[in-house]
Amino acid sequence: MAEEVKAPPANFKVTIDNITIEVAPGTTVLNAARQIGGDVAPPAMCYYSKLQGSGGKCRTCLVEVAAGSTADPRPMPKLVPSCRTNVMDGMVVKNITSERVIDARNGVVEFLLLNHPLDCPICDQAGECHLQDLGYSHGKEGTRYEFERRTFEKEDIGPYIQLHMTRCILCYRCTYVADQLTDKRVHGILDRGDHAEISTYISKAIDNDFSGNMIDVCPVGALTDKTFRFKNRVWFTKPIDAHRDCDNPKCCGKATLWLRGDDVYRVTTRKDEWGEVQSYDGKPGWICNTCRFDKKKTSDWVIEGPTKINRHSVIAQGHYENGVIPKDTTKEVMGGRAPKLLMDIHSVSEVNPNK
Amino acid sequence: MGRKLLLDKANVPGIRSFEVYRREGGYRSVEKALKMSEADIVEEVKKSGLRGRGGAGFPTGMKWSFIAKPEGVPRHLVVNADESEPGTFKDRYLMEFIPHILIEGMIVSSFALGSNVSYIYIRGEYAWIVDILEEAIAEAKQHGFLGNNILGSGFNCEIYVQRGAGAYICGEETALIESLEGKRGNPRIKPPFPAVKGVWERPTVVNNVETIAAVVPIINEGGEEYAKIGVGKSTGTKLISACGNINKPGIYEIDMTISVEEFIYSDEYCGGIPNGKKLKACIPGGSSVPILPANLLLTTAKGEKRMMNYESLADGGFATGTMMGSGGFIVMDEDQCIVRHTLSLARFYHHESCGQCSPCREGTGWMEKILKKIEYGKGEIKDIDLLWDIQRKIEGNTICPLGDAAAWPVAAAIRHFRDEFEWHVLNPEESQKRNYGLAHYADPIHVPSAV
Ligand SMILES: Cc1cc2nc3c(=O)[nH]c(=O)nc-3n(C[C@H](O)[C@H](O)[C@H](O)COP(=O)(O)O)c2cc1C
Ligand code: SF4
Ligand code: SF4
Ligand code: FES
Repeated sequence: MAEEVKAPPANFKVTIDNITIEVAPGTTVLNAARQIGGDVAPPAMCYYSKLQGSGGKCRTCLVEVAAGSTADPRPMPKLVPSCRTNVMDGMVVKNITSERVIDARNGVVEFLLLNHPLDCPICDQAGECHLQDLGYSHGKEGTRYEFERRTFEKEDIGPYIQLHMTRCILCYRCTYVADQLTDKRVHGILDRGDHAEISTYISKAIDNDFSGNMIDVCPVGALTDKTFRFKNRVWFTKPIDAHRDCDNPKCCGKATLWLRGDDVYRVTTRKDEWGEVQSYDGKPGWICNTCRFDKKKTSDWVIEGPTKINRHSVIAQGHYENGVIPKDTTKEVMGGRAPKLLMDIHSVSEVNPNK
Repeated sequence: MGRKLLLDKANVPGIRSFEVYRREGGYRSVEKALKMSEADIVEEVKKSGLRGRGGAGFPTGMKWSFIAKPEGVPRHLVVNADESEPGTFKDRYLMEFIPHILIEGMIVSSFALGSNVSYIYIRGEYAWIVDILEEAIAEAKQHGFLGNNILGSGFNCEIYVQRGAGAYICGEETALIESLEGKRGNPRIKPPFPAVKGVWERPTVVNNVETIAAVVPIINEGGEEYAKIGVGKSTGTKLISACGNINKPGIYEIDMTISVEEFIYSDEYCGGIPNGKKLKACIPGGSSVPILPANLLLTTAKGEKRMMNYESLADGGFATGTMMGSGGFIVMDEDQCIVRHTLSLARFYHHESCGQCSPCREGTGWMEKILKKIEYGKGEIKDIDLLWDIQRKIEGNTICPLGDAAAWPVAAAIRHFRDEFEWHVLNPEESQKRNYGLAHYADPIHVPSAV
């Protein structure tokens, strides 16, 4: 009898934290875990599914492979980055069920926070910061680091973006945006090790038409939108899905408008549950700078309705309906006097002396 | 006296020139290899048991057999002459004094691997060696050993020398490939491995200078003959660059059957320790391999004599053993301060981390700062435990082995010399008065202001 030739299975079975799922060959462990969802999905600070070649760097997504595959069930000796490791048929992965993983992730969070100020109260990314979430879920209550932290002056890199290197965790996502989405790349990473920094090529400005997407991929508050910076806190604004007929062929024209009353404070891409830009028809929904920075009137857009926000998110907290601006009662409670500014927290920070 | 295969002609006057080298029997291996099949050469290298001399000791023949051979896609051989591991300086000697042995080995290896364009990636600081290599390449070409249709065999091969800008990380094979392509020297995430996608996304083999030079005697004498030299899986000869507190620092070619004790004390090799001082410790394989205290260096935990070969040096794992590494043998006498030496290494790895992955980028700097604190008499006992915990969280969790290379020296120093760290912490004033002998720095160390 002729030997039966076994065709490779159409789908690979992988078990992550005791939950088994079938995924297409070529799927990474991280994406398989995302298909299961919840805590089974490892946190990711540098991987971004819409940016080719991203991932592998931050090491927050390390997992334990307890069995390599059905064919070779040996465990892998080291923890592996789930964002860059492909699933094999019969693989057994431990994420939060592995003490080694929790321990390593603890370490990674500590390392990431070594040179990242915890100035969430004044950081523009507060409420949308993945490092903040990671700190809550995997961090320690205190720090063991007692040395001076690295600080940088803020830098304007072009008309729309401000870079505050002090907060950068060198995830490389913005450099992939620069490579893959924009023309005339002028920014990248200079220097090495913990001296490494994001910067532009000697006093160049970033002014290409898709640069704003760098702000959206930055997981922390290192790259901020100069048209929105400190104008509001995200949880005071109300996100609304809207679209417009954009004539830039690369722009999907679908965005989230962040409103306070009728004022559009900020325009961003739409994000999925992993904090990544949402895909439409399989294509990532990047938006152009015109939509993001110049279309700040509701009349510029066709409003679709409120953005669905996870109710656990801080953004869901200050959700006020009807678009009515709350009454300013400061003068009333102060007997008619205008409030006096004692300290501008935006310019003074103990944690981070250079602001 | 052990056999010499690489340095046997090192003292022949004018051996650097093609003429003398050829007269002394050079380039015979090329003549022989071009008449063999590619597969037969790989087979000879497999039989020889040659292990990579760049540090990891991976069997060379096996590495060569992994190279992918997709139809119509060129392949490349890249020689790693970055030699940046502190304590390691053997490749430099080989290239400076007998450049043709490398070129000869490269022609044979290129033929075996099907590489028509091969590269030598050399550290920028070896500027004068670049000229020597380029001259040797030009001579070889002039005599028909390089270029088109080598010795009428139909095989074409060019060798290019590419300088690095002087970064340790560019010795790591994937960072080397990135740098060779003109990019920032960041290690790549594997897979894909260079054997499948290396330089210009083409199948590539990266080998150390000494490894490729060793191919010459292997082809000349046959793999089996080569394997008879040495012991166990440590076949052939190994170049050791010896330095530190020894009477005769230098490059030695050993056949891996001698003991560590003999290597340090015999007149044929290091010639003992100056001024009758006692041996305190040794890093036998380049700065990244674990340091061993004298007792564990000379005898294994089982009480056997420790030998100068891969297996014996690694005996006992990291608890009581170390590694052959790249053969950078650093000897320390009783006056040496382990804390200060460990700081010196930590400083190096911090400076050289590429910064891609968080544990290495942040952890190496943190370790250096804590070591500085202890070294400057401001340490606390908890700092020693903290150091231990930090190295533990770096090791194994990074993209490339530089993270491990930074963690191991700290781990081994604490494992074997914890009492010395504690002495520093408990006797801050006395520790400041010590004379540190060997350790000196190009620039002053600033104690962080927070300390
Ligand atoms: C940080 C780092 C630095 C390295 N530096 C060198 C080097 O300077 N020279 C070298 O031959 N190998 C170096 N290696 C090892 C190479 O990655 C690679 O394993 C070696 O060149 C393979 O050659 P071999 O198989 O002939 O040993 C280094 C590895 C790491 C992780
Ligand atoms: S600026 Fe933001 S996106 Fe860019 S590397 Fe830093 S943290 Fe990542
Ligand atoms: S381990 Fe260090 S040197 Fe290697 S990739 Fe990571 S940061 Fe770079
Ligand atoms: S998300 Fe996988 S390493 Fe950063």
